[in-house]
Amino acid sequence: MRDIRTSDLPPYALALDMTVTETDGRPVIAMPFADKVQGRPGFLHGGAISGLLEMAAVAAIHQALRAKGSDSAIKQVNVTIDFMRGGTGQQTFAVGEVTRLGRTMANVEARAWQEDPDKPIAIGNMHYLIRQPRTPD
Amino acid sequence: MAFGKPDIGSSIPRNAKFDPELVNRVMGQFGHGGFLGMDFIGHGDDWVELAINWREDLVADTETGVLASAVVISLMDNATSMAIWTKLGEFRPQVTMDLRIDYLRPSPSGARVFGRGICYHLTHSIGFVRGFAHNGNPDDPLAHASGTFIRVGDRV
Repeated sequence: MRDIRTSDLPPYALALDMTVTETDGRPVIAMPFADKVQGRPGFLHGGAISGLLEMAAVAAIHQALRAKGSDSAIKQVNVTIDFMRGGTGQQTFAVGEVTRLGRTMANVEARAWQEDPDKPIAIGNMHYLIRQPRTPD
Repeated sequence: MAFGKPDIGSSIPRNAKFDPELVNRVMGQFGHGGFLGMDFIGHGDDWVELAINWREDLVADTETGVLASAVVISLMDNATSMAIWTKLGEFRPQVTMDLRIDYLRPSPSGARVFGRGICYHLTHSIGFVRGFAHNGNPDDPLAHASGTFIRVGDRV
């Protein structure tokens, strides 16, 4: 088992210049501010924040599955995002916490912040279906 | 301002009814909407439909070609936000308070994604929205959305 790296991130994350900044424990995903993630002038677009939350959530599940020695694929069922503060023109971070990892589904909470981790700009709650690897008949 | 500024407020002629097509043309050139390439499809009294083309760099799973879930979120965020202004008949500054998306099925690799946002109720402060995403047939949705927007006065 190895930690999640930037090179593991999907094309969507790389297109928005996301990187994995911490691999010690839970993976933290960083996203620089740029015009391509901007919504109203000077602020992040809610969809770009959601994308960062999604990448953090997926990284957290993969990390949790690997820790259990599982290579199961996952499928997102839904997401609810609370936008709590406007994301300003600076780097944004996100981390996912797998609040429950069961056999068939996982609950994940991902939070995004800028200067202060205690002041989240958005929190996403996601449900994922865990697809068990096929067992030989 | 350090970045390209889609000044929506001043892009709308004074006393003119809110025109989602015109606003999308302005918003679609800048920022995240411009990056995703959101096209205006159509609108009614309380709804706006936009679309995004499938693109390799928007994919979350390279094995299946499935788009990042956030592409659908961005699409529904913009379509529902514009549905509020369309129902209201004018622009008012607002931000997304919360948004929920249920993914009914994956959007196939290569398929264009349409997002229809509907404003079903409007108060002084809050716009209540719902909507759905599809691949061209509105009767075969791939995702459902619901959420709220809050008016932010002149702080924008």
